[in-house]
Amino acid sequence: MLALGIGALSALATDYTLRTVALGSAALGLVSGALGAFAVLRRQSLLGDAVSHAALPGIVLAFLLTGSKAPLVLVVGAALTGWLASLLVLLIVRASRIKLDSALGIVLSSFFGLGLVLLSLAQRHAGASQAGLDRFLFGQAAALVGADLVTMAGLGALVLAALLLFWKEFKLLSFDAAFAGSLGLPVRRLEVVLTSLLVLAIVIGLQTVGVVLMSAMIVAPATAARQWTDRLGRLVLLAGAFGALAGLVGALLSSLVPRLPTGPTIVLAITAIAVLSLLFAPQRGLVAARLRAARQRRRLQVDAVLADLYRLAAQHPEPAAAPHAAAVLRAMSERHGVLRSLGRLAETGLAREDADGRWRLTPAGVAAGRRLAETGAPGAEPGSGEP
Amino acid sequence: MRSPEAGTFCMQPGSPAAGEAAVSVTDLTVAYRERPVLWDVDVAVPAGALMAVLGPNGAGKTTLIKAILGLVPIAAGDVRIEGKPYAEQRRLVGYVPQRGSVDWDFPTTVLDVVMMGRYGSLGWLRRPGRREREAALAALEKVAMADFRARQISQLSGGQQQRVFLARALVQDARVYFMDEPFQGVDARTERAIVALLKELRSQGRTVMVVHHDLQTVAEYFDCVTLLNVRRIACGPVAEVFNEENLRLTYGGRVEFLQRKASLEPPPADPGQPGWPRDARDTQGPSRGGLPRP
Repeated sequence: MLALGIGALSALATDYTLRTVALGSAALGLVSGALGAFAVLRRQSLLGDAVSHAALPGIVLAFLLTGSKAPLVLVVGAALTGWLASLLVLLIVRASRIKLDSALGIVLSSFFGLGLVLLSLAQRHAGASQAGLDRFLFGQAAALVGADLVTMAGLGALVLAALLLFWKEFKLLSFDAAFAGSLGLPVRRLEVVLTSLLVLAIVIGLQTVGVVLMSAMIVAPATAARQWTDRLGRLVLLAGAFGALAGLVGALLSSLVPRLPTGPTIVLAITAIAVLSLLFAPQRGLVAARLRAARQRRRLQVDAVLADLYRLAAQHPEPAAAPHAAAVLRAMSERHGVLRSLGRLAETGLAREDADGRWRLTPAGVAAGRRLAETGAPGAEPGSGEP
Repeated sequence: MRSPEAGTFCMQPGSPAAGEAAVSVTDLTVAYRERPVLWDVDVAVPAGALMAVLGPNGAGKTTLIKAILGLVPIAAGDVRIEGKPYAEQRRLVGYVPQRGSVDWDFPTTVLDVVMMGRYGSLGWLRRPGRREREAALAALEKVAMADFRARQISQLSGGQQQRVFLARALVQDARVYFMDEPFQGVDARTERAIVALLKELRSQGRTVMVVHHDLQTVAEYFDCVTLLNVRRIACGPVAEVFNEENLRLTYGGRVEFLQRKASLEPPPADPGQPGWPRDARDTQGPSRGGLPRP
């Protein structure tokens, strides 16, 4: 892996083709990550899936009609059918009783099916030169050339500029569309613009990632980024960065390793980032949440043992001079970890163990136990401000 | 043209602005898929009044507000704010949507949400700056949420979320406010503070229309009431139209139960101090924002 990485870096410095591939893949990741953040926040992640699948017939039709494989021509075709599909989904939902998920399913599969039929037609009838079209299924970064890069960079810059220009409108639209409407913002039109930007972000990546897996580049970077920040601006930046990183890693790997398809490799890279984020992010990560819960449980256990020990000691005239066996405590509470809780109490100076293995409260422990018994407030660790 | 007549429905005698309707709705009909949600509704809110909109679930209360604000298409009818169509009077209007209508896990802060109230006057292509920030902070101060300005909105309690929405409406500096269930899910103390805020808005000559649920507090909180159940049952000063017969017409058979409840003991005397809650339960959270208050 390390050797591969070093190899990739040195190749990147010297190899023009590889540099094109790397730049293109990073650009696609950046744009799809940034736009994907808005799609995810507006619960439209699946719309991205429909759009990317629906781009396939547009790509093939553009080729069949013009005979050209110029990147701009194919991208325009992809954007047109992708856009059409997204409008169709919205129209179906608005005009019928079909729900969003069903509408997405219908549109996605019918457009994709049409694309596959057209693709096989094109391959049968139009000679050998069109064979490259099927790389749009799973993506092929190695085929990126300078002209592709220019197209991607141009469209990407356009999309990001629009995002910046209408930042506060898109933010308000995503958070509270009704309020945006009450201020007089043209909510419908803004929705169409934002969806169109998403379509553009998707078609930028199709050649590299492919129509089948492109939706992962919309959903996964934002999902990962959401784990690390609570601010929209940072979320969008981070999602873009994650997307770019995944694009870079995946495209380089697939360029260096023969017969490795680019789309799946990029998607695996962004999935790894998302899984790591879901697990290990400091606030929202699963591991952090588990640790917090365990700490909380332990604190409650310690309190319970302290309360039991106090209840026992309070029956004696001199509570601090009344040792009790750990077995009694275990019988009282039927809880695990009594010894560990006693150890914790000893560490905090609330209890101590006699030479015969029995436990007694210290004067401080008696006070804490009384407080606990009277108020129910935790006596062991007051004011530890864990959420 | 029926608007002058419509404007006299719910006049509060002695109000300085009596005779002029802040909001007048005439013959309003709204339908979702052919089913009428509002049918031929007339409502007039005099300037400077606090009006409650009451009705059972599905009566169209939220739809009425949304139709006035142009958020749902209207099938027929006319809506005027201070005599002109809403589209011309947007700057005069403030809106507090239902708290549950947004995703509170959205990645943004309290201050940021409140600044959204300024987006309308800010216009396109301009970013909120120091003036917007100061206005937002002042509004947060007013609902005792300034300490929470940097907090992520998912870390707020229900009452705090409601206060943030109110602050966002306050920075709109509107003459007419529409509030959709501002008391929903808030604790008793926050409710009292919101009522005080409503009365303060009224004392400044502003008009507030509030979707409300609790029949027992209507007379205490509001001047006027609109009783709604798809059709408008009644609209006028509380003393005149908030009576058993109109309630029965609005709520059907269920009103017996409501009446019985209303005839129980009067609510206990105010147990706490006036003002917004600042107790520990309400302010605890993962990351304490700002300094504790003295």
